[in-house]
Amino acid sequence: MNRKAIFAAAGLALLAVFPLAVQNPYVLHLLIMTLLWVLLGQAWNLLGGFTGQISYGHAAFFGVGAYTTGILVKSGLSPAAAWSGLLLGGLMAALIASVIGWICFRLRGPYFSLSVLALAEVLRLVAVNWKQLTNGAEGILYIPAFRSKAHYYWIILAIAALAFVVIRAVMRSKLGFYFLSIREDQDAAESLGIDATKYKLYSLLISAFFTGAAGSFYMNYLGFIDPGIVFSIADISIMMILVTILGGAATLAGPIVGAVIYILVSEFFRVWFKSGHLIFFGILIIVIIIFFPSGIVGTIKERRAGRKLRRAGAARESAAA
Amino acid sequence: MSPQLAGQIELLGQVLISGILLGGLYALIGLGMSLIMGVMKIINLAHGELMMVAMYMTYWAFTLWHVDPYVSLLIVCPLMFLLGVAIQKFLITPVMEAESILPQNQVLLTVGIGLVLANLALLLFTANYRSVPVSYASKTIYWDLKLGGQTISLSISYPFLTAFGIAVLLGAALFLFLGMTDLGRMIRATAQDKRAAALMGINTRKITYITFGIGAALVGAAGALLDPVYYLYPQIGGPFTNKAFVITILGGLGNIPGAVLGGLVLGLAESLGSVYVSLGYKDAFGFIIFVLVLIFLPRGLLGKGRAQ
Amino acid sequence: MSLLELNDVSKRFGGLMAVGRMTFRLEKGEILGLIGPNGAGKTTIFNLINGYYAPTEGTITFRGERIDGLKPHVVCIKGLARTFQVVKPLARLTVLENVMASAFCRTDHREEARRIALEATAFTEMEQWRDRLAGGLPLGMRKRLEMARALATRPELLLLDENFAGLNPAEVEKTIEIVKKIHGSGVTILIIEHNMRVIMSISHRLVCISYGEKIAEGTPREVADNQQVIDAYLGVARA
Repeated sequence: MNRKAIFAAAGLALLAVFPLAVQNPYVLHLLIMTLLWVLLGQAWNLLGGFTGQISYGHAAFFGVGAYTTGILVKSGLSPAAAWSGLLLGGLMAALIASVIGWICFRLRGPYFSLSVLALAEVLRLVAVNWKQLTNGAEGILYIPAFRSKAHYYWIILAIAALAFVVIRAVMRSKLGFYFLSIREDQDAAESLGIDATKYKLYSLLISAFFTGAAGSFYMNYLGFIDPGIVFSIADISIMMILVTILGGAATLAGPIVGAVIYILVSEFFRVWFKSGHLIFFGILIIVIIIFFPSGIVGTIKERRAGRKLRRAGAARESAAA
Repeated sequence: MSPQLAGQIELLGQVLISGILLGGLYALIGLGMSLIMGVMKIINLAHGELMMVAMYMTYWAFTLWHVDPYVSLLIVCPLMFLLGVAIQKFLITPVMEAESILPQNQVLLTVGIGLVLANLALLLFTANYRSVPVSYASKTIYWDLKLGGQTISLSISYPFLTAFGIAVLLGAALFLFLGMTDLGRMIRATAQDKRAAALMGINTRKITYITFGIGAALVGAAGALLDPVYYLYPQIGGPFTNKAFVITILGGLGNIPGAVLGGLVLGLAESLGSVYVSLGYKDAFGFIIFVLVLIFLPRGLLGKGRAQ
Repeated sequence: MSLLELNDVSKRFGGLMAVGRMTFRLEKGEILGLIGPNGAGKTTIFNLINGYYAPTEGTITFRGERIDGLKPHVVCIKGLARTFQVVKPLARLTVLENVMASAFCRTDHREEARRIALEATAFTEMEQWRDRLAGGLPLGMRKRLEMARALATRPELLLLDENFAGLNPAEVEKTIEIVKKIHGSGVTILIIEHNMRVIMSISHRLVCISYGEKIAEGTPREVADNQQVIDAYLGVARA
């Protein structure tokens, strides 16, 4: 095991025992939300950052995951058993994703990006109008299974860690190489034997599955959803992108850093502004794209690589002298 | 002819008329988007938010100084043009020339711009629904037809008809501008091949500013025209951005005549769908057509857009 | 049975005939040069063979099997690899990662892909460039990366599209050496090249095309002496 892995394991262990030391529900809530956004950022990053397929509508998959769980409880499942929604919600999201991917990935250009955006809107309308199934705009409300926040904390920590490990493994395998190749140059990728349509779909399926699971967790944790919350373009779809690019798209650590900052900033502004605090995130998106297109982790990595190059260059020069 | 059948025909006629009138406004929205798409090769996801800005301009011009919405076009369009130029010049152009991991970084930028505009409106004007209470808001023109011994009476909303007429004029002006003037030809040349256009001595950067400006002015005009017939609120932009890209894809990316057709199709689809299927799903019909077009006609209804 | 056969292959873009009734064969073990003036349709022929375009008419067979209309990735897996005239490096990946990505065409295992990639980069003499980002390579190395990547897919037939263009004389010599080495390892080669000295010296046979049609075929000597070929290159109006 290398040093990085030991640090990661130690960090995870520390996170796992944290609720034993700190029982403040507000702190735990913030940590739970942070981990939820780590999960969402990881999921978006796999498809958007690593595979280069930008989705403006991941709320579609989040909402499907949340509603799968919500509808299960509404139709008589106990809130404790509703945790099965984590798997089921993920699978439902992946199912919907496979349809949209099958339609769009044969085409190049912005079709996929816009179709998911449209999908999220259509699903929101369905959730509002199909009252027997979803309770319509009123949403679904139930008393969550656990009273202590620590349980939720451990569950979301486990899912986020799982997503991290899975995505890391994927990115080191053939699949990951194919995702990157497609992002860099689809023509070159295809001429090198890569079935771009198929591998884009694989990336989407993994991404949608984790996003759906995150949606299901949200339902299980908060006990309330409505179509405007879980299918929200601004609060879910765009924020998933923000979390990723803030930390650094196409880096494994990026979404983690992005999620931490997002939750802190979001709490701060929620206190100060009654409404319209999203304006700050809009400005943040603009500033990142113009000034820090690689995000925090990406910029640090580039600086470090630049230093290494300069040092190598200096070494060469001094050797030549 | 039975009275029931006449009633059915009357309803259908009514639905078609309102669909076409609405479609004219949608076409105006789509034209701006398609123009931007053609030259910059990006989808402007702040398009609806730009329209929202124009709607508030019109609203305040009316509320503060009693400027009629149709007259305010003369102020709103130039202001929106300037806003568009500024957005392109100070935000989008710098990003187009920068290197980034994510493709379509500029599109993401427009998402950020949209978010800022919508929430700025929310902070400044609150979430309240507002309307422009013009005297002719509910003025209606009746049109009676004799058909098989029955009278079919169609009503046409005066503000919608006026909006449609102005939209047609603006659309025609755009076509003349693109077809007959040097600047218009330069815009088309840049849309066709930016590098070649630059080699021919066209200042393509300036062309992109002007294009975004015109796109913003067109959608701004649509906003002003919508004011007498629609509520306005800070979040109204989102749904219209969605409509705009649906129209653009229906027409074929960057295809200007296609955008007009796309606008009319969307207007008719919403109008027919909300009467004959369900009002709650009104906004979904456009998306359904959108998906059908993606499956069967990925190059748009006219088949001339770029599929790449 | 020839390794590759084009029979009456045509490609039209709208009203424009880019390639018309193209017919030629490529035998196993050959180096066939494809020459012609700019815009003659050479790269379009590559795009047809490699599956980037489907022909409007005609058939293309590879090892006796129809491949026209197949997708590029399928054609590649069948053992036909290509390079691009306008190089397409995977810019944010290192050279080794670029080559590994294509080596996965023949294996699912990372270590095996790495081994193939090390081999292919050594074969093309790119060892000292392995850890550099492909986007930052000088042109000569980008062209060579194209070859290394194509080789890592273990092709039976390799299509080389102007791999000499823009190289300095030393690089040209090196690349000739590498192409000969690739050929020596049993790979059949179809090559597009503008540098006449290069193509004359390495091709066994030449096919010359002009305005999308074949105007001559034969040994380099025969083609060089062909009056139509001379006219095409000197820009004499077509009869």
